[in-house]
Amino acid sequence: MLSLTDVVTYYGPIMALKGVSLGVDAGEIVCLLGGNASGKSTTMKTVLGIVRPRTGTVEFEGERIDGLATGEIVRRGIALVPESRRVFGRMTVWENLVMGSYVRRNEPKDELDRDMERVYGLFPRLKERAQQYAGTLSGGEQQMLAIGRALMARPRLLLMDEPSMGLSPALVDQVFDIIQEINRQGTTILVVEQNASVALSIAHRGYVLQNGQMVASDTAAALLKADDVRRAYLGEE
Amino acid sequence: MPYSFPVGERWRRLLPFGLAAGAVVAPLLAPNDYVVGALARICLYALLALGLNVVVGFAGLLDIGYVAFFGIGSYVYAFLASPHFGLHLPFVPAMLIVAAVAAVSGILIGAPTLRLRGDYLAIVTLGFGEITYICLVNLDRPINITGGPNGLIAIDPPSFLGYVIQGNIQYYYLFLLTLGAVLLASLRLRDSRIGWAWQAIREDELAAGAMGVNTTVSKLQAFAIGATFAGFAGGLLASWQRSVFPDNFLFHESINILAMVILGGMGNVFGVILGAAIIVSLPEIFRDLALYRLLAFGGMLMVLMIFRPQGLLPARWPFAAHAPEKPEPAGAPAPRSAADD
Amino acid sequence: MGDILAILPQQLVFGLALGTVYGLVALGYTMVYGVLFMINFAHGEVFMIGAYIGWGVLAVLLDWSVGGLHPLWVLPLMLVPAMLFCGGLGMTLERFAYRPLYARGATRLGPLISAVGASIFLQNAVMLTQGARMKVYMTNFLFPRDWRFDILGVNISVLVIVMIVVSVLLMWALVVLVQRTTLGRSIRAVSEDREMAAVMGINVGRVVGMTFFLGSALGGAAGVLIGLYYTQIDFVMGYSAGLKAFTAAVLGGIGNIKGAMVGGLLLGVIESLAVTFINPAFKDVVTFAVLILTLVFKPEGIFGETLADWKKV
Repeated sequence: MLSLTDVVTYYGPIMALKGVSLGVDAGEIVCLLGGNASGKSTTMKTVLGIVRPRTGTVEFEGERIDGLATGEIVRRGIALVPESRRVFGRMTVWENLVMGSYVRRNEPKDELDRDMERVYGLFPRLKERAQQYAGTLSGGEQQMLAIGRALMARPRLLLMDEPSMGLSPALVDQVFDIIQEINRQGTTILVVEQNASVALSIAHRGYVLQNGQMVASDTAAALLKADDVRRAYLGEE
Repeated sequence: MPYSFPVGERWRRLLPFGLAAGAVVAPLLAPNDYVVGALARICLYALLALGLNVVVGFAGLLDIGYVAFFGIGSYVYAFLASPHFGLHLPFVPAMLIVAAVAAVSGILIGAPTLRLRGDYLAIVTLGFGEITYICLVNLDRPINITGGPNGLIAIDPPSFLGYVIQGNIQYYYLFLLTLGAVLLASLRLRDSRIGWAWQAIREDELAAGAMGVNTTVSKLQAFAIGATFAGFAGGLLASWQRSVFPDNFLFHESINILAMVILGGMGNVFGVILGAAIIVSLPEIFRDLALYRLLAFGGMLMVLMIFRPQGLLPARWPFAAHAPEKPEPAGAPAPRSAADD
Repeated sequence: MGDILAILPQQLVFGLALGTVYGLVALGYTMVYGVLFMINFAHGEVFMIGAYIGWGVLAVLLDWSVGGLHPLWVLPLMLVPAMLFCGGLGMTLERFAYRPLYARGATRLGPLISAVGASIFLQNAVMLTQGARMKVYMTNFLFPRDWRFDILGVNISVLVIVMIVVSVLLMWALVVLVQRTTLGRSIRAVSEDREMAAVMGINVGRVVGMTFFLGSALGGAAGVLIGLYYTQIDFVMGYSAGLKAFTAAVLGGIGNIKGAMVGGLLLGVIESLAVTFINPAFKDVVTFAVLILTLVFKPEGIFGETLADWKKV
């Protein structure tokens, strides 16, 4: 469904991705592990066309999407749950969800309403707070809003950047349950995480990124067992 | 790199001396007194532009009300050396007081703006410029301080130990001498500790502060030095015109001076002088097109910012070899980089 | 003193009328600042050009001797072309004078200087095509001077009421647009987090262009109203009006739409008080003093929220 081939991306003079290749198949949850500044977020931004790869290709459903405008990429069915939520704090919860469906604004209204109800079904808290400013929500609620907002674009591929960051362990479990639920309903998911144990527990496959290079890729179960991954990302000796 | 000049390093080093020699003989070759007067104007404005270059080019503080200091310098000189208050101070002490007053006013205007971001700073300086102008026009009542719209007249010419400067040629050499001194001072400042602190602030104020640069003191130094140069130029103008009027110090003069700095290449002292020469002489050359001058000027500012924002001369030409140009941020998202300067 | 107090209500009404118009112009500054963090220095000139277009339309209408037309019809005929033209002009400026600069990540200095250039260019373009002499608005044919009302003992001309009503209507329309439409939500999204707005699929460049259109159109309408009010316009009128409107925007908290309106009103009233109680020659000094004091002591303005961290510096 999504495949990156030898992608090299620069941030100014800094080479952030040094030839990254990865693939995500339809229906999967794929997890991208890596420490700080390993290039995980840059990978996400490259897929979405926020930064452009200098060399290499990004393909989505068999078509090249590197070089397309971000809006066009989103229109083709990729949505992002960004790092640290980044909901529109000065807009209401409802408005945030409406912004999420921006690329579908010409579709019939009842279609959008049905998706809105679906999101409210996943996150009843959002329905209660629909008319509240997003900036007044708690961290966990904002994370739910960020996920709901991405779902409103009805993506076939959902990118999630550090969904567990800054959440309590109980909330992390809840969020990952929801991620699994979304996947069961038919959305492919690429999730970037530092919290490797939780991420690998729900993922089918995983990649490990280090200093802008892919250093390992395997099934989630195998990665959970691999010694170097355990040492580096699961805090075990 | 479009403007690497095809001259060898040796020539490049000699060039400033050649230009200086040219400046010395220029008025002798001038066809008439009018041209000599124009040359003197170029020197005067180059002086102003060098002062603004300290503030904008070196320290990166956008001042669009700079003409206020020019005006303050002119009027202070007029107060000290004219029948208006009956004071007739000799030239040198008068100019020293002018410089001191200008420096203090620079600090007074700089101090409240220290916390402000670039564009807010610009607007505040503009406000100060306007206030200065309005005061010059209106402070003739109830006590006549500035002479109002009629200005002040019969100002003393410069004199040194009884020798009175007169005629455009003599003024030209006086201005050129001052310009030379200010030019050398600018170069020294640029490469001094103060200069490095300014550069650090210009590139990244937060980082400069973190590195131990006292940003408050550095910024005030830039304002004070820039204002002093402008004050000097103001005093010279008053002594040359033998009169001062508020309309010498309108907003568009600030913009003219800023354009000199930008045209030549912000931070490059030679570029700034070149910019002054171009901006002062263009309208003289194209007198017939005088009406279209400002139109072209406004258009030029836009075109220049779009196609050559670094100005005509590279930042440290001609004294340093060209540094490799910074790599363009490859596809970096414009929004954030545009927002955090 | 008694005399001053007698004319004070009158002055306050003038101040309110001027203030609403300042607010209209201030909206242009504040909206552009919201999405681009840039002071559109040429906005005052857009306002001035709006005044010229209104003048031109009025002159043509009078020429065709449709002076008998009810003002209710003539006024929209002046406002709409002025707003459309100014809106287009604002978009053109953004597209050709500013976007090439901010799109490559230039510092703030570049776009600001380019805007100063645009301002000088537009002033002189108007001077060259329309002449340097003042133009006189035939306000009297529309709103005769003796067409006045007594409200609570204050004698108010119809024109002043029209100014206030038109300004308030336009502001109301803008608020509805910004709060309730897709375009409005896109503008808010772009000004809050441009990158996330793009991730939503919003064409940020187009939204910025539309923001310029809206702000400039309001500026054009304000130009027509000010032309009618002062009855004399010239090519430099945008300079001081622009500065005052910018002051109003800063006073209310730049980037904040409600702030621009309140800031405009406040400034209009302050100015009318300054004219009444202090030397009128110094009224602009009062304006600038307000601007400087606001920036120095409360840079976020009355309604300004603390900007997100990445927007600071």
